[in-house]
Amino acid sequence: MVETQTIITDYKRLSGELRLKVLGLYKKANAGHIGCSLSCIDLLIAALIQQKRPQDSFLLSKGHAAAALYVALNHLGEISDEVLDTFYQDGTTLPAHPAPNKHAGIPFATGSLGHGLPIATGMAHASKLSEEDAISFVLMSDGETNEGTTWEAAHYAIQNQLDNLVVLVDKNGLQGFGNTTDVLGETATVAKWKAIGFDVFEADGHNPEALIETIEKVRLRKNGLPKIIIAHTIKGKGVSYMENRMEWHYLPMSDAQYETAKADVINAYFS
Amino acid sequence: MRKEFSAAIEKLALADESIVFITGDLGYNALENLQEKLGKRFINAGVAEQNMVGVAAGMAYKGYKVFCYSIAPFVVYRCLEQFRNDACLHNLPVFLVGNGGGYGYGIMGSTHHAIEDLACLSSLQNVKTWIPAFSDEVEPVLTQIVHEKHPAYLRLGVGPLTPEGAVLSGSLKKVVHTPNAQTAIIALGPIAANVLKALQEPELQTSCSVYTALSLPLQLTDATLQELQQAENILVVEEHVSIGGLGQQLSVKLLEAGIHPQRFQSLSALGYPNGLYGSQQYHQTQSGLDVKNIANVLRSFAESPLLHTNHPHS
Repeated sequence: MVETQTIITDYKRLSGELRLKVLGLYKKANAGHIGCSLSCIDLLIAALIQQKRPQDSFLLSKGHAAAALYVALNHLGEISDEVLDTFYQDGTTLPAHPAPNKHAGIPFATGSLGHGLPIATGMAHASKLSEEDAISFVLMSDGETNEGTTWEAAHYAIQNQLDNLVVLVDKNGLQGFGNTTDVLGETATVAKWKAIGFDVFEADGHNPEALIETIEKVRLRKNGLPKIIIAHTIKGKGVSYMENRMEWHYLPMSDAQYETAKADVINAYFS
Repeated sequence: MRKEFSAAIEKLALADESIVFITGDLGYNALENLQEKLGKRFINAGVAEQNMVGVAAGMAYKGYKVFCYSIAPFVVYRCLEQFRNDACLHNLPVFLVGNGGGYGYGIMGSTHHAIEDLACLSSLQNVKTWIPAFSDEVEPVLTQIVHEKHPAYLRLGVGPLTPEGAVLSGSLKKVVHTPNAQTAIIALGPIAANVLKALQEPELQTSCSVYTALSLPLQLTDATLQELQQAENILVVEEHVSIGGLGQQLSVKLLEAGIHPQRFQSLSALGYPNGLYGSQQYHQTQSGLDVKNIANVLRSFAESPLLHTNHPHS
């Protein structure tokens, strides 16, 4: 475990708490993007909350999961409860997708897919140029790996031996308008990323301990290869009626649905 | 201006270790000195312009000042969203450099032309676009870009040396000063050379002042506005489409300042009006940006009170 980080022993409880906060934010906002936020909560716990050191960077490339990022930064004390409470409101610094230049924990505005990996690659390369011991983390969706920039950046990272780049893929198998297998086919597979020259790892994206262990292992491998952790996740994880349902990328919750969602999370994470 | 450009970058980068130079796999017979001298700070990002600009933004966030080089159309259009979202919205020092702006790549064809670049880029947040008309402007412009540390675009072309006595005020550089001039000509970039050639005719020389617009968005000083107010005719000459170009930016500024010249005419890039292709000079002629048409338009100002259209040789 990295010494500068908060010691957390009960990741399951934290995962439940962050899920309840995400649900509360979306309910108050009467907005969608719930399922894709719930699928990456445990990745945020492992990478941003637990593994990121002060000199490291973390970029949420799948900007539509902004609420998950906001509650994680709130947990770290980088976004206050008062600011978090302004989510989605007029005059907020926390819009549906992360905004530029507003919070130290949000280095870049994201929301248009395919931007995060090139930026994180540049940050990793900058650290190499200045001989800084810093990891550049970037969290992408599996649908996002459809983007051509993914493959431009991947080859650049390989060519420049950026072994301080750690790509996390939230592989929930669903994208904007279909299953990833049905849209362009799988673009986030172990075989494809190995074939182009990445150091590839797989993990259960809802097991924070296992994710932390994997990241710990990955960050210590100074082998000249950029890293990718393909994390198998479930869209809407923790809420029975949202799990693996594409519509929960978009839909807001009714009052009754919100009550069910909270009960599901409490039952799954606090019992 | 490529040679002046690479010499200036070499000088600046050797003095400032935070400068990184990335090329999108172009620069043969122009950038070899940088490849040799800058070491790890010279990067060939391959034929992948979107990633090049995203990488540049990531590096800029970490404290570097990053140039991204390609030919103008490739570094403007393909990666416009990366420049907008990743560099400009964050006000990061990412500097696009496009060689051969306008019809500069001539017979290479329309994919290699950049005649809408300034409309695209000068409208973005926090950005300044630079359009040197003269080759000796490249080094001071680059020095300014590095000093300002804001997103920037530099459009390179081919130009002569700055005429003696030129004075910069705001965006406009007065390169020909004629007392009590009836006509003020404002040119964008190296097309200024055609304007200066047109003015070699003695009867035109005595009636025109000439300015070049070095940067956009256009900034006009009070002194320049007062000078423009004295002119009966204003002629804009730009190797760029009318929409979003110098003419439109200037006309808004003039109207906002309450200045209403008797004539305001804009000669601009018309695209490919006859669907045929040729050298830069060929395309300039098709758009009425050639020396002969510029001279004809200026002559007509003296001869006729009527407004003239943007068609060549009318």
